Amino acid sequence: MNSINYSEKIPNNVNLAEDRTLQRALEGWQPNFLAWWGDVGPEGSTDHDVYLRTAVSVDPQGWAQFGHTKMKDYRWGIFLNPGDAERQIHFGDHKGERAWSEVPGEYRANLRRIIVTQGDTEPASVEQQRHLGLTAPSMYDLRNLFQINVEEGRHLWAMVYLLHKHFGRDGREEADALLERRSGDVNNPRILGAFNEQTPDWLSFFMFTYFTDRDGKFQLSALAESAFDPLARTTKFMLTEEAHHMFVGESGISRIISRTVAAMNELKTDDVTRLRAAGVIDLPTLQRYLNFHSSVTVDLFGSDESSNAATFYSSGLKGRYEEGKRVDDHQLRGQTYKVIEARGGQLVEKDVPMLNALNEVLRDDYIKDSVAGIGRWNRVIEKAGIPFRLSVPHKAFHRNIGALAGVKVSPDGRLVSEAEWKANRDQWLPSAEDRAYVGSLMGRVVEPGRFANWIAPPAMGINRQPVDFEYVRFN
Amino acid sequence: MDMADTSVIQQHLIDPEICIRCNTCESVCPVQAITHDSRNYVVDAAKCNLCMACIAPCPTGSIDNWRTLPRVRAYSLDEQLGWEELPAALPLDDPALVPPEPFGEVQAAQHVNATLPPWSAAHAYTNLYGPKATASSITAQVVGNVRVTAVGKEYDTHHLVLDFGLLPFPVLEGQSIGILPAGQDGQGRPHYARQYSVASPRNGERPGYNNLSLTVKRVLEDHQGRPVRGVASNYLCDLQVGDKVEVIGPFGTSFLMPNHPRSSIVMVCTGTGSAPMRAMTEWRRRLRQSGKFEGGKLTLFFGARTQEELPYFGPLQNLPKDFIDINFAFSRTPGQPKRYVQDMMRERAADLGPLLADPDTYFYVCGLKSMEEGVLAALRDVAQHAGLNWVKLAPMLQREARLHLETY
Repeated sequence: MNSINYSEKIPNNVNLAEDRTLQRALEGWQPNFLAWWGDVGPEGSTDHDVYLRTAVSVDPQGWAQFGHTKMKDYRWGIFLNPGDAERQIHFGDHKGERAWSEVPGEYRANLRRIIVTQGDTEPASVEQQRHLGLTAPSMYDLRNLFQINVEEGRHLWAMVYLLHKHFGRDGREEADALLERRSGDVNNPRILGAFNEQTPDWLSFFMFTYFTDRDGKFQLSALAESAFDPLARTTKFMLTEEAHHMFVGESGISRIISRTVAAMNELKTDDVTRLRAAGVIDLPTLQRYLNFHSSVTVDLFGSDESSNAATFYSSGLKGRYEEGKRVDDHQLRGQTYKVIEARGGQLVEKDVPMLNALNEVLRDDYIKDSVAGIGRWNRVIEKAGIPFRLSVPHKAFHRNIGALAGVKVSPDGRLVSEAEWKANRDQWLPSAEDRAYVGSLMGRVVEPGRFANWIAPPAMGINRQPVDFEYVRFN
Repeated sequence: MDMADTSVIQQHLIDPEICIRCNTCESVCPVQAITHDSRNYVVDAAKCNLCMACIAPCPTGSIDNWRTLPRVRAYSLDEQLGWEELPAALPLDDPALVPPEPFGEVQAAQHVNATLPPWSAAHAYTNLYGPKATASSITAQVVGNVRVTAVGKEYDTHHLVLDFGLLPFPVLEGQSIGILPAGQDGQGRPHYARQYSVASPRNGERPGYNNLSLTVKRVLEDHQGRPVRGVASNYLCDLQVGDKVEVIGPFGTSFLMPNHPRSSIVMVCTGTGSAPMRAMTEWRRRLRQSGKFEGGKLTLFFGARTQEELPYFGPLQNLPKDFIDINFAFSRTPGQPKRYVQDMMRERAADLGPLLADPDTYFYVCGLKSMEEGVLAALRDVAQHAGLNWVKLAPMLQREARLHLETY
């Protein structure tokens, strides 16, 4: 079933109408979702007609339908990639067995935890980004922000569907709780630390979509390998949408760099004060924001040694990134992996059982992927003839989770003293002054085709539309 | 048409400066034309069928890049994998892009070819089977395989009938399907799909049956005349009745026939490009037989090297002249001057002119890429002969979806 029944309240390709109990449960949850959206969704956007991409089915023609629509009328639906009845589990202790279409009793608690943790990040980022529309650097960027917001909403739907369909009453309660927690709320915060941080400005937003949404990509990729087939099929389709989010991050930073290096060449200077006077974001500040977002995101992968990670893998709940493309025994017993720890005033590698180090494996795959994009940013700088290069900080830098939590490490990977850390902190991470400066640049620019001074226009518009297309109609 | 390969192609390329390597295009491509290494995502010009399935899903727009260049100079995968940026387009006056004959202001095919179907076309179903559909392919059974060119001649064209049994596979005239040849290529990977135009009308090769036919020419040499065995064509021509074939598709949403009363169709084809023309002609013939069609004229220009190379348009030659006006052009008849379809079209300018001017007439061109420019030049000359302004007419033909080119 690829087509969607629009006569139903909830567009879906999962034959929702055949499961009346489930349909009613979801129809009961839907108004709460819409109330949540109205309450903490994008601020002041109710009447905007936004040029959005809507998925109407999962085939190539279907999932990129563009048109102006109000966000509250967006068709949040439930889409699973096509299934394969013959699909086999391809890693862990159950390797070679038929994939599960229902949750096995012994894995119920762990699967629910995985789905809730993933699901919690989706509404969290909508909440984090809710004020950004007021300071958009262009109509084009405003549209991209809203696209991300509605798709995070759809990803929440995807997880809530699994909870309602496969976890009974516990699942329904968890689905309700997903709408009750709030990003940054002291009493009822979101589950993961990075999702309680603020996204105060568009530089943070682009860094967040580049780094933190990429964590989403890797978590979804690992879940797309799951033995629990509905989870695998759901996350596969979510990945297609996630690509847009990373595009916004990568191209956003690239455009900021492009504007900055143009100003550097115009003014023939790399002096931060003069560049700030010219209203652009200097490269050292970009590096500090990069250090911050990279390090808090690297924490999201969890402890470097984790028995939970081993359990999730061996029981088939969560695979590795591109599990199917790897050539090993896909069971990993008796194998080892190198993790870093601080010992005797130095960072040293030690071998730990591979199964316990799977968080670290995913983290390293993630870092490799994020480095590639930074190489593309550096090409923009290189093309402008400027001898400055951005780099990813050492993975032990500024960590708060795992064996490296609280260990003071410089971005280039040296163990440093508390005093050296304090002396250099503002060189390594955004200072209050940096944040104030970036904040001062944020003003609303929304005339079609106009862009804030600190960011260059994109190379091309969305869906072959011109850059000065009316992506958002304010009513 | 055996000109040396001077054909010019629109090569599909990905801009490495804008691409974020998200893998979406590779995952949606129905013919596995897109691949990547740790550096770039690239498109194989030999596999890409310009189906555009990757265009809308690409989050960046980097997928939407095209370079006009001679087929023989198409960028290889290795070249593309090494790029940091797209190469500049060849200047329009590059000698490689100038056609061998002066064609004047004939627009390049992409500027006149319609991208939408006629307003009265039936709705086409696409991609019902393929990598992104519920089922990755559908199994058809061969219920007929007949050689339709004389045995002993170098041309070996087969008429192949595939039956889908009880499974849905609705097609329209002008659509194509993908065949997955059995077996593996030299690297041990499954063969990628090859596309063939459907040669039968919408209600089946045999009316009321869930089957369709294909016209397949056995490929034994490449465009330069070097010996090469076409994987899919040899696979199909060698199939026996009862064999099973894996099929994907259907494909195609614009090369579709008009259905409104009094709509006329002009068909220009060479070789196996006749397949969609056979389908359209047969559908109109069945409608006429059932008394359901009010009229509309069919005109066919069919080019082949010799009479013997003509695949099975035989029975259609017996159709009444007031139903279809057939013009054959043979380029290799001994003792006769070479004649191409465009020569025939110029000869019939007096009849074609009014059809060009008639908003209810639709033009379909199918065959080898190299026929495109000649046919467009002939249409331009016909238009001028009829006092029509081709520069204004051509974009209108495209906008109103009255001119459709499908060449390979």
